[in-house]
Amino acid sequence: MNLFPTSVHWRAPRTIVAIIVLAAFVLLPFAVGSEGDFYVKFATRVLIYALAAIGLNFILGFGGMVSLGHAMYIMLGAYCVGIPMHHEITSGWAHLAFAIALTAVLATVVGAVALRTTGIAFIMITLAFAQMLFFVAVSLKEYGGDDGLTIAARSNFGLFDIASNVSLYYLAFSAVLLALYLSWRAVLSPFGLILRGSKANSRRALALGHPILRYQLVAYVLSALVCAVAGVLLANLTQFASPSYGAWTLSGELIVIVILGGLGTVFGPLVGAVCLLVLEEILPTLVEATFPDYKSNWMLLLGLFIFFVALLLKRGVFGSLRGGAK
Amino acid sequence: MSALVTTSLVKRFGGVQATDNVSLTVESGQLHAIIGPNGAGKSTLIGQLAGEIKPDAGRVELFGNDVTAQSVVARANMGLARTYQITQLAKEFTALDNVLLAANAKVSSNFRFWANAHADTHAVNQSLAALAKVGLLDAKDRTVGELGHGEQRQLEIATALATEPKVLLLDEPLAGMSQGESAAMIALLKSFKGRYPMLLVEHDMDAVFQLADCVSVLVYGRIIATGTPEEIRSNADVRAAYLGDEVNA
Repeated sequence: MNLFPTSVHWRAPRTIVAIIVLAAFVLLPFAVGSEGDFYVKFATRVLIYALAAIGLNFILGFGGMVSLGHAMYIMLGAYCVGIPMHHEITSGWAHLAFAIALTAVLATVVGAVALRTTGIAFIMITLAFAQMLFFVAVSLKEYGGDDGLTIAARSNFGLFDIASNVSLYYLAFSAVLLALYLSWRAVLSPFGLILRGSKANSRRALALGHPILRYQLVAYVLSALVCAVAGVLLANLTQFASPSYGAWTLSGELIVIVILGGLGTVFGPLVGAVCLLVLEEILPTLVEATFPDYKSNWMLLLGLFIFFVALLLKRGVFGSLRGGAK
Repeated sequence: MSALVTTSLVKRFGGVQATDNVSLTVESGQLHAIIGPNGAGKSTLIGQLAGEIKPDAGRVELFGNDVTAQSVVARANMGLARTYQITQLAKEFTALDNVLLAANAKVSSNFRFWANAHADTHAVNQSLAALAKVGLLDAKDRTVGELGHGEQRQLEIATALATEPKVLLLDEPLAGMSQGESAAMIALLKSFKGRYPMLLVEHDMDAVFQLADCVSVLVYGRIIATGTPEEIRSNADVRAAYLGDEVNA
């Protein structure tokens, strides 16, 4: 069996950038050394956002479904760590199983309703569901309600001990690698061909006899599951679960990450997450150092960056790089 | 058995009777052409046959089964394939991927996530054969955007063929084609005769009279005459309503 689903153009800029980014992530904990806890935690956050964005990209970039509610699955994943932990169920495998089972049920219901519509209506329905779940979380007084829920310890994954920040980092990195690989394969598979076909021309796909709703729903649920796993990781990173993880602004941020990296590329979300989160981290410091009076206006620069990417690189930072042999 | 039968099909849009009591039959192995002036309701009729438009009254039968209430997908899976008057293709896909998408439609569910779609040699060979049949084999790796208008029309036909259809609905396949492209398309459609039952909607009278076994004339949503090409050519009503100068010239 071939490891790669398709031949790889090793000298194409996309391949080179992808390898550099992945190598940088592998080496980061060594480069920052034992004093670099802040950087390791920050990079873990980048990886978790990238993981969620890879999930969203599967339906947004390849299926053309603009979900403005995917943060709800991150929040659900986080509470699937927080609530069991509160009741002293410490097994990470149990947390993961809760997250997967509950997300599969929720996403099937939300997807089945939302996919009856397309375009703006689809955006609004996914947003509405996310808002509902947000307020359900706020109402959970026993679990901190509005203030969120502090998690005493990290999930216990048995042999895979994630007590140290570096081990959690590598767990998140492995999850990203796995998600990248699986979405690469899925996108090129017959399932992916039909999913992409339904985005490119749904009328044609139907006329050929593809029951596209079925494929879209399966893609939607898979994409939600990836976000739920990201939520499990996020709760372990912050040792905290909060309704804010399901805020619509986070759903929006995921969309920005996907578009920034390059819609319809498998690797784009990782590049998008690196760009957005690194800029969000360094711009405030940079602005404060140069123009102390305008410290709070750093968002203006971020806005300019997004503006120019949208204007000049129609296919995003990674998507604009040459990928094939031509 | 007749491939496709409509009985007293009616469709109104507001006050307009777009389809007015249309009954027609596409016999197996035959090419049945529908001609008529612009606005006669030809595309509305095709839409009802394919299932995209629900008729207000009447029946559509496919190989003896009543499919009036069946969806587009169900009809397609029964072997009904169509081409569109305005090209409907996956624009950013290559020609091959467009046809491969069609070749993957024969199973009602296709949940294969692992293997590359291009590694399915059966589907790929079938797609290449369909491309070869319409003369697009050399263009297989070009995206639809890189294809000329005529080539896109040919690709429409190839996607229909790749579904292994049992009946073809062709909505103005010659629209906007150059003379040379038209001739090639007519030859191609001729080669399908006897193999697939076809319903052809077309403006090009030369093509219709060359290809059709049976011609129906649609005017204001109604069929005013049905017959062999010779009968239609000599029908006084048809000449008055539609053919007019073109036949005399």
